[in-house]
Amino acid sequence: MDAKYYYRSSGLFAIIGLLVACSNTPYVTGKVGLGTPISEGQIQKWNIDVGPSGAGLPVGSGSVAAGEILFQQVCANCHGDKGQGVLSNRLVGGGGLNTGSPVKTVGSYWPYATTIFDYIKRAMPHHSPQSLSDDQVYASTAYILYMNKIIDKNAVMDAKTLPLVKMPNRDGFIPIMR
Amino acid sequence: MSNDKTLTKRRGFLKASLAVGTGVSGALTSNSASAQSNTFLEIDPWTKTQGATFVNPPYGLPSKYEKEVVRRLPNPAPIFLTASRTPIQNLHGIITPNGLHFERHHAGVPDINPDQHRLVVHGLVDRPMIFSMENIMRFPSESKIYFMECSGNSAAELKRSANNTAQQIHGLISCCEWTGVRVSTLLQECGIKPQATWVLAEGADGAAMTRSIPLSKMLDDAILAYAQNGEMLRAEQGYPLRLFLPSYEGNMSIKWLRRLKLGTEPWQTREETSAYTDLRENGKALQFTFKMEVKSVITQPSGMMKLKSKGFYEISGIAWSGNGKIRRVEVSTDAGKTWQEAMLQEPVMDKSLVRFRYPWVWDGAPAVLMSRAVDTSGDVQPTMEALIKTKSANTFYHNNAIQPWRVAANGEVTNGR
Repeated sequence: MDAKYYYRSSGLFAIIGLLVACSNTPYVTGKVGLGTPISEGQIQKWNIDVGPSGAGLPVGSGSVAAGEILFQQVCANCHGDKGQGVLSNRLVGGGGLNTGSPVKTVGSYWPYATTIFDYIKRAMPHHSPQSLSDDQVYASTAYILYMNKIIDKNAVMDAKTLPLVKMPNRDGFIPIMR
Repeated sequence: MSNDKTLTKRRGFLKASLAVGTGVSGALTSNSASAQSNTFLEIDPWTKTQGATFVNPPYGLPSKYEKEVVRRLPNPAPIFLTASRTPIQNLHGIITPNGLHFERHHAGVPDINPDQHRLVVHGLVDRPMIFSMENIMRFPSESKIYFMECSGNSAAELKRSANNTAQQIHGLISCCEWTGVRVSTLLQECGIKPQATWVLAEGADGAAMTRSIPLSKMLDDAILAYAQNGEMLRAEQGYPLRLFLPSYEGNMSIKWLRRLKLGTEPWQTREETSAYTDLRENGKALQFTFKMEVKSVITQPSGMMKLKSKGFYEISGIAWSGNGKIRRVEVSTDAGKTWQEAMLQEPVMDKSLVRFRYPWVWDGAPAVLMSRAVDTSGDVQPTMEALIKTKSANTFYHNNAIQPWRVAANGEVTNGR
């Protein structure tokens, strides 16, 4: 293993553009031949991010009804049976943000419904992250949206419907980028 | 005040006096309460015996007399802990010892064997790649001293005077030498597709913590850091590999880094929408406010300390700016009515803490001490009133306001917010 790397990189090292003595520039430019190629298929279990357009949403679906059962079993202990917040964050309600003490919840503050799926899938439930199936993540996302009166009781969330959900505070952010 | 004027009449005089160690101290001895002792010195017991042996312990620890100098949790501590704070009032110079670096975790500290850790780079690259730690540590490397500040540092003070000590109020700041590989070096290995503009960085912790970072920042000065102050990262700082983004909100320097994905727009992750966004008075929130702004705080003397007697004190503190270097720090001992320039300890480095010092003779009257930093971009550290007016008290993040410390006639120092 070591020997293989040595020969590979020593072969490449000859073609490296070398040694720029500026403190803000790396002193070696060009490839050094370290690392191993990997396919997107091999990365699949890590490649869990979901973008605001829905890119990355997996197959599967979840209903509000299925989400309610799951939420009461798995989530309510910390977030409250109505998402009112107990040990952890409040998820529901909150009202206007232009007050002296604004209440930030999924319903009042989060600009994208896709973020709910992404976050539950990667980080929830707190005691065993990344243990839910995609159907379960869709279902719990649906139930949180339903509790916030953003989707209908009969709604089903999947890769097609979730990105179409418009959050109440969708236009509440001003990107600064500096 | 007259003492102040005597000491700092001209900056040249001040610098010269400090440099040679005369003048200032000469002017102060008559006023200081030097210990009058009638006792005759005896030989101390520790002088009359052999001391403890070597490697005791193999990894050295601070003196037992320094056991109060530790990171501390908020009091009362929340059920789900979020952060511990650096005891900045007990530190000297600019480097934060590794064991005192503040912590901010989103799902605790994972236990990662470096032989099992790997970094994947994929998305809009020519060649998706996986790197072992052995690979990463063979790349060309660099070491830089940079500050890191949590964007929630000093947040509670926006609403009210919420805490007492410099550690409690401002302890989410640190400064270390970070060693690692430039992100640009590693990305070059994979080849960047021309349409890529953003990078998602993801941790291997139980939060799989993610932030979207402009590719331009990644190619500018971002580091894949594996070492801190000369040794491998501490577990709580991302062992064995973290991203380090100089001058940006601390949370963006993703710890336990396992994945970089190149894309064309921000991912709008939880940590850049519901958290780490800056709410304004009108209910709109600023998003992607990356840079930590010009700031300073007096650390000695500071909250909960007590001046034992009238006389000389060195007012000392730290200053920093995400815009670049600190140009000047001014100190006021009269609640901001008048300001005098402090001495900056060289070297003054880019995106690093700088230590400032100012000689002060306390006359025993109540005083309010403040520091105000100015950076090379011309930004001036604001007062709390000015900050709340422009940012709103609801902003929570990015509080860089001037910190007043109130000195009472009995010498007790308290939060002057």
